[in-house]
Amino acid sequence: MGRIEQTLRGIFLMDFISAFGLGMKYFFRKKATLNYPFEKGPLSPRFRGQHALRRYDNGEERCIACKLCEAICPAQAITIEAEPREDGSRRTTRYDIDMTKCIYCGYCQEACPVDAIVEGPNFEFAVETREELYYDKAKLLENGDRWEREIAKNLELDAPYR
Amino acid sequence: MSGLIEQFGPLWGTMAVLGQILGFVIVLLLSLAFLLLMDRKVWAAVQMRKGPNVVGAFGLLQSFADFLKFVFKEVVIPAGVDRSLYLIAPLITLVLAFITWVVVPVAPGWVIADLNVGLLYLFAMSSLGVYGIIIGGWASNSKYPFLGALRSAAQMVSYEVSIGFIIVTVLLFAGSMNLTTIVEMQAGGFWNWNVLALHTLEDGWPMFIVMIPMAVIFLISALAETNRPPFDLPEAESELVAGYQVEYSSTPYLLFMIGEYLNIVLMCAMISILFFGGWHAPIELDMSNWSYLAVSFWSFFWFAAKVIFFFFIFAMVKALVPRYRYDQLMRLGWKIFLPTSLGAVALVGAYIVYGQG
Repeated sequence: MGRIEQTLRGIFLMDFISAFGLGMKYFFRKKATLNYPFEKGPLSPRFRGQHALRRYDNGEERCIACKLCEAICPAQAITIEAEPREDGSRRTTRYDIDMTKCIYCGYCQEACPVDAIVEGPNFEFAVETREELYYDKAKLLENGDRWEREIAKNLELDAPYR
Repeated sequence: MSGLIEQFGPLWGTMAVLGQILGFVIVLLLSLAFLLLMDRKVWAAVQMRKGPNVVGAFGLLQSFADFLKFVFKEVVIPAGVDRSLYLIAPLITLVLAFITWVVVPVAPGWVIADLNVGLLYLFAMSSLGVYGIIIGGWASNSKYPFLGALRSAAQMVSYEVSIGFIIVTVLLFAGSMNLTTIVEMQAGGFWNWNVLALHTLEDGWPMFIVMIPMAVIFLISALAETNRPPFDLPEAESELVAGYQVEYSSTPYLLFMIGEYLNIVLMCAMISILFFGGWHAPIELDMSNWSYLAVSFWSFFWFAAKVIFFFFIFAMVKALVPRYRYDQLMRLGWKIFLPTSLGAVALVGAYIVYGQG
């Protein structure tokens, strides 16, 4: 019986007709498309995008050159050199991230004891040359200044789960 | 319109024919651009996407943007390809797709060459279409294109057989291979269309039992013949990457794609001409005191409407049906469609010999 029924369904294209009905139902459904550059989807506070080096409210940079992020980075994308500053505090003289190596795992921000290096919500940092993706300290600090409000808000929202 | 050379002399007659051809090609390419967009829009809509909507209002100019993109890309000719064959293959596909349209009547008298053997010509040209694919796949000198070309050779040959028999059934009804005659024979309302052929009821032969399945089989075979999903094994993106088109880029690829879509539109036109009354309206209209232009316009309107309808069906099939396995494809072609269409030829023949009053 099953075989005969199946054959009859095949002959009368029942499968195709019911699929056509289903297709037409979806045809007139509300579209799920986002008009991307004009509309954007929601991002989680945990979203790991472009890196940034943060500062304290008084403008002092947070990073104390402990090199934990450099040590944990699985892609070895981070390079740090450090020296004591004139006032005796230990600071980085060089903080480079090779964004072409970075795998956005977020271990650097997990490792950081002072919340200095973070991955911000920005994911639209495409550039036209490879060299522009070798971020240095100035670039990372500039990112931090530009995205500080969003980053602080996200850290605050995510704090209860950490 | 074939008497132009006799009418205007060798020089101006030839110019008139060339002008017709040019006009036809331009209209065809323009409508193709929008049909391609429609294909993508329908596919997108079924998947709840918007489809291309950035270039021009509602994305209407998307095809032209794509065209420019293809043309301005670099033509990559891989080392190891047979250069001359590699470049000729897309041209073969394109040229064959275009010259087939010569015999397609779009309105009463609106056909470039009113051949007496139009149907045979059409069948011959669409059979030659397989050469473009085979040569392209062979000349690429690469594994996937070669596999794709082999598959398409087997597939197109298999389905051509059943398409041939289906055309024979229509041929027997019309008693003519001239496409204009075939369309004119279906005048006077949808009940006279070949798909229903209700005039056979007067002789006590309900031929629609044969002809409706024939129309459906023709539609499915047309899908296979033009390598459309669900029979797109020659290009099968998920297994052969793009089959015979793998090594092609830029303009040669564009030519392949235009040829392929022209063939699809041609198959839609064929279905409407052979089974659904060509340029005739579904209800018989008294057009005796209409002006020539009005008659032409409305005839063309109905023809275009039918072609667009079948193109819509093609697009929906692409969106709905999963790809066939290779053995299933062959089984469908040789074990189901071939015997069925052969039986239909016998039945229609019996009707012509014994039934017709």
